[in-house]
Amino acid sequence: MSAPTTLSSPPFDVVGGDHAKLDAPDRLTGVAAFTDDITLPRMLHAKILRSPHAHARILSIDTTRAAALPGVVDVVVGSEMPLTYGVIPWTPDEQALATDKVRYVGDAVAAVAAIDEETANRALAFIDVHYEVLPALCDPREAMANTDVLIHEDNRHGNISKRVKLAFGEVDSALAAGDSEPGAHRIAGHYEFHGTTHAAIEPHCALAHFDTTGLLTVWSATQVPHYLHRELARVLELPTYRIRVIQPAVGGAFGGKSEPFDLEFVAARLAIKTGRPVKCLYTREEVFLAHRGRHPFSMDYETSVDADGRILAVSGETVLDGGAYSSFGLVTTYYSGQLLCSPYSFGAYRFHSTRVYTNKPACGPKRGHGSVQPRFAIEVQLDKAAHLLDMDPIALRRRNLLGANSTTINGFHIGSNGFAACLDAVEASSDWQTRRAKLPRGRGLGVAGSTYISGTNYCIYPTDLPQAAVQICLDRSGRVRLFTGASDIGQGSNTTLAVIAAEHLGVELADVRVIAADTDLCPVDLGAYSSRQTLMAGNAAIMAAQELGKKVRKAVADHWQCSPKVVTLAGRRAQRLDDPAVFIPIQDAFVLAETAFGTLGSVGHYNTPRSGVHGDYRGGTIGASPAYSFSAHVADVEVDVETGDVTVHHIWAAHDCGRALSPVLVEGQIEGSVYMGVAEALMEHHHVMPTGLGLEGEKEPGPWVSGLLAGSSLLDYPIPTTLDTPEISALIIEDPDPRGPFGAKEAGEGPLHPAIPAVVNAIYDAVGIRIDCLPVTPEKVLAALDALAAQKGSDDA
Amino acid sequence: MLRIRPIAHERPSSVTAATDALQKLGEHGRVLGGGTDLLPNLKLGTDKGRALVSLAALPGLVGIAEDAERAGTVRIGAMTTLDVIANDPIVQRLLPSLAETVRRIASPQIRNQATIAGNLCLDTRCRYINQSDLFREALGGCLKSHGDACHVVVGSQNCVAALSCDTAPVLIALGARVHVVGGDDGGRTLAVADLYCTDGLAHTTLTQGELITAVEIPALPPTHWVTYRKWSRRKAIDFPLVSVALRLDTCRERDHLKGGMLVIGALGPKPRIVDLKKFKGRDIDAALAAEIGRVAEIRAKTLPNLPYDPAYRRRRAGVEAKRAVLAFMANR
Repeated sequence: MSAPTTLSSPPFDVVGGDHAKLDAPDRLTGVAAFTDDITLPRMLHAKILRSPHAHARILSIDTTRAAALPGVVDVVVGSEMPLTYGVIPWTPDEQALATDKVRYVGDAVAAVAAIDEETANRALAFIDVHYEVLPALCDPREAMANTDVLIHEDNRHGNISKRVKLAFGEVDSALAAGDSEPGAHRIAGHYEFHGTTHAAIEPHCALAHFDTTGLLTVWSATQVPHYLHRELARVLELPTYRIRVIQPAVGGAFGGKSEPFDLEFVAARLAIKTGRPVKCLYTREEVFLAHRGRHPFSMDYETSVDADGRILAVSGETVLDGGAYSSFGLVTTYYSGQLLCSPYSFGAYRFHSTRVYTNKPACGPKRGHGSVQPRFAIEVQLDKAAHLLDMDPIALRRRNLLGANSTTINGFHIGSNGFAACLDAVEASSDWQTRRAKLPRGRGLGVAGSTYISGTNYCIYPTDLPQAAVQICLDRSGRVRLFTGASDIGQGSNTTLAVIAAEHLGVELADVRVIAADTDLCPVDLGAYSSRQTLMAGNAAIMAAQELGKKVRKAVADHWQCSPKVVTLAGRRAQRLDDPAVFIPIQDAFVLAETAFGTLGSVGHYNTPRSGVHGDYRGGTIGASPAYSFSAHVADVEVDVETGDVTVHHIWAAHDCGRALSPVLVEGQIEGSVYMGVAEALMEHHHVMPTGLGLEGEKEPGPWVSGLLAGSSLLDYPIPTTLDTPEISALIIEDPDPRGPFGAKEAGEGPLHPAIPAVVNAIYDAVGIRIDCLPVTPEKVLAALDALAAQKGSDDA
Repeated sequence: MLRIRPIAHERPSSVTAATDALQKLGEHGRVLGGGTDLLPNLKLGTDKGRALVSLAALPGLVGIAEDAERAGTVRIGAMTTLDVIANDPIVQRLLPSLAETVRRIASPQIRNQATIAGNLCLDTRCRYINQSDLFREALGGCLKSHGDACHVVVGSQNCVAALSCDTAPVLIALGARVHVVGGDDGGRTLAVADLYCTDGLAHTTLTQGELITAVEIPALPPTHWVTYRKWSRRKAIDFPLVSVALRLDTCRERDHLKGGMLVIGALGPKPRIVDLKKFKGRDIDAALAAEIGRVAEIRAKTLPNLPYDPAYRRRRAGVEAKRAVLAFMANR
């Protein structure tokens, strides 16, 4: 059943208007209540004891001394919640608290609830845990080869968490054509993407209360209240109807809050045990350890292009460093290959990706899940191809356009496609042709493109139930109430849904109250991941709003004794289209409707299309989406050849979001994505030391401890300040997709992808060096410049 | 969140009461100025202090004045905040290098709170110390943190954590002195260069009960020129990963050198001072800049104590020193 679509063409009343986020004033004035702002009477504070070993067997846990401390109310250990869970139902390999083994420095083993945080902190030192330390595997290739040390002993494939191998077309012969055809090229490259983490400013926090009726309420800084609801039920062995999950205001998530975490189970269990509310707030260090950030990828790519720059074949082999648990890893492994087949047409394609368990904090989804890393590799490969062919890199990309209403080589159906317009926009606004010709040595321009999904076509668990739902009520007050399970994590989904409701019901944005992300009050939505909220919850909102709009127009038409077709609702009025002088305030229109139909409410839902989305092969569903966004970036970069410093002066970022329902929000997403991408390219590194304490660039790391995170603070994990952030030109491209609400597609994750390869390609343009292993650090730049000089010297000699 | 363990706090109202309190508390006492370094260290447990002696109520420790008798000599009260120093007209006129240095420290919020004496007394930093309890427990501790091994220089009995303050190098280059009260002598004045020793565990030469009350910077002759260059990952917030202060003493025409010094910071517990007298008489030109850069690189013996590749930090020290000379040439 495909999406209800409506009002697909302008002019619009609210859609595309110049409005701010609904919650902006509350956030700016400090009124917005985050989870940690909520305090309940008699509330206790929980803290979690974490493993100092990267890999160890738990021999015993004795909480007696901690429990006896004054101020400690209760303790909890893993044997009280032994059931395994995992956000992906096929890979439940985590426990709320470890019972038998710890698998990374930071794995949770026990927790206390005390009258205050200080007491809880202090009590942790009185929990006695005896470990048998096991060898730690921190290098994925070493872990893959090792069959003696198993991180998950019941795993049937050693330390391999997931392996995916897919091929489309005659790959070997098409690759070989790159060697044999006249003027063609075959480019082989090895790329490394380091790990990075989300660094959301709000740390994870959960508050749980078990009331006298037996209802467990959990407030949590989560982006997936529904999945949290399910996993709480599973692990606590409670029916879902006895659990209520509420997501208060969230201070950033970026994928880092998209699955259940130990603190939610711990707070809930301790609340049940003590009968008192229990809060657990992560320290910044715990946020770094909870992680689920971007996987380190080690990638080998081969690409063949013909003499005209057409992509004959792409072949990729990737090792994903998964960390200690599966998290979303099954999906990540598919995404690492499946999301690469657009926006360019490939003659043939294959990928072979292997995710490996290591004794490190588990990796998961971060903004641009699984596809930011291979996107970096392929866009640099294409840049190398353009230089070999002596072709403009934008022209090479144009030569390989997939176009609209096309099918990728791996069988994904592409609907609207504004990629060509994105390339045009960045070429024009960066003044690419003339600027590029004039730049001095040390200054360069680079380009890259990308695509991303507007939600994944299938739920994480197999179901035919709706993936998104919205309920709307209106009444004589003139107000619209919209209830949704969608999760606003700062990206503005509440505002987007309000825009849709306001557009259909003729009210202003301020007249719509959005009540979201409360599993007792709101219909089920799967949450804020895979860039799904606008398209999926948006379509559900349209369905609900249309039904009510129809009733209001009918009641007004009856009142005016005309056809409902000539009644329009806009600008807080009901108005006759054929005679604009005839109108009544929208509040009066709602009164007419409430009089005619009784209390006014409607529900809408959304299910993704079940045909015309993807190919029919095992794994073909993963990475498929109802609609795809497109992005292109140009970066203007300066390289200091003496210090190796890279300064990104400007990024022009064009993004096809289908339709910008709220242009300011789309611009914000583009700017935030560029910011994050540049940070990952140049600065951020979630660095777990594999064989000791060596840091980046050091030849001989120390021999002592494996699996320690190099820095678990925002001082040691630098994110750019405003002074380190480039000028960003956010260019909105609108190529409406028939499957999107008003044609809208995603904007939250896609625009991150090209920033990284655009910067790296610009560095090549500036000084002629390729940095294929991220992050780009000054010492790597200097080493590459030294190597280039040495090579030139030997060429001259 | 991280919290400070319950800790004693006193707020004396005279300097004598403060030094007496510090004397009495001995190794457990800590001076609370702006607290921007001390409080995070207490939260992380890297500082084991048990009692705070706040300077907030002490009279006479705030303010900047030019000496009435010695024109050009500037006295800065110990509790003067970095923000005040950066924006002070006297400092901007007479000590632009100090104003520039202070502006590169941390963030506006921290500069509003942090004090000049606090910056000079900043605790040393090391990538094995300035970490969480869990990290240090997993590591097994170190000389500075409940252990007996140094992970930076294996086998060392001496902690080599780095002095990461920005003001010490430039104040040394400026020939500044600090006024100290309390202690066995009752009070003394010492050069900032003599404020530090090579022990990362106790890196200042202040004794128990001693308190800095002011920093005094002598008039800089018009033929002398001082600058400070800092390298950190970001353009704000961060501690230096290596830093260089340069003083050039020139002839009146400002084209050749009569003397000078390089002060390299963020190496070990003490800034490294390099006398430039061997370049006396040399033309100040690109060739000299390159040579001073080479000297800086040779003398900047970086250790793997701060969270960045020491080889790069060393190379960077050379580039920064060279650029400091080039900056003089561009401005003379």
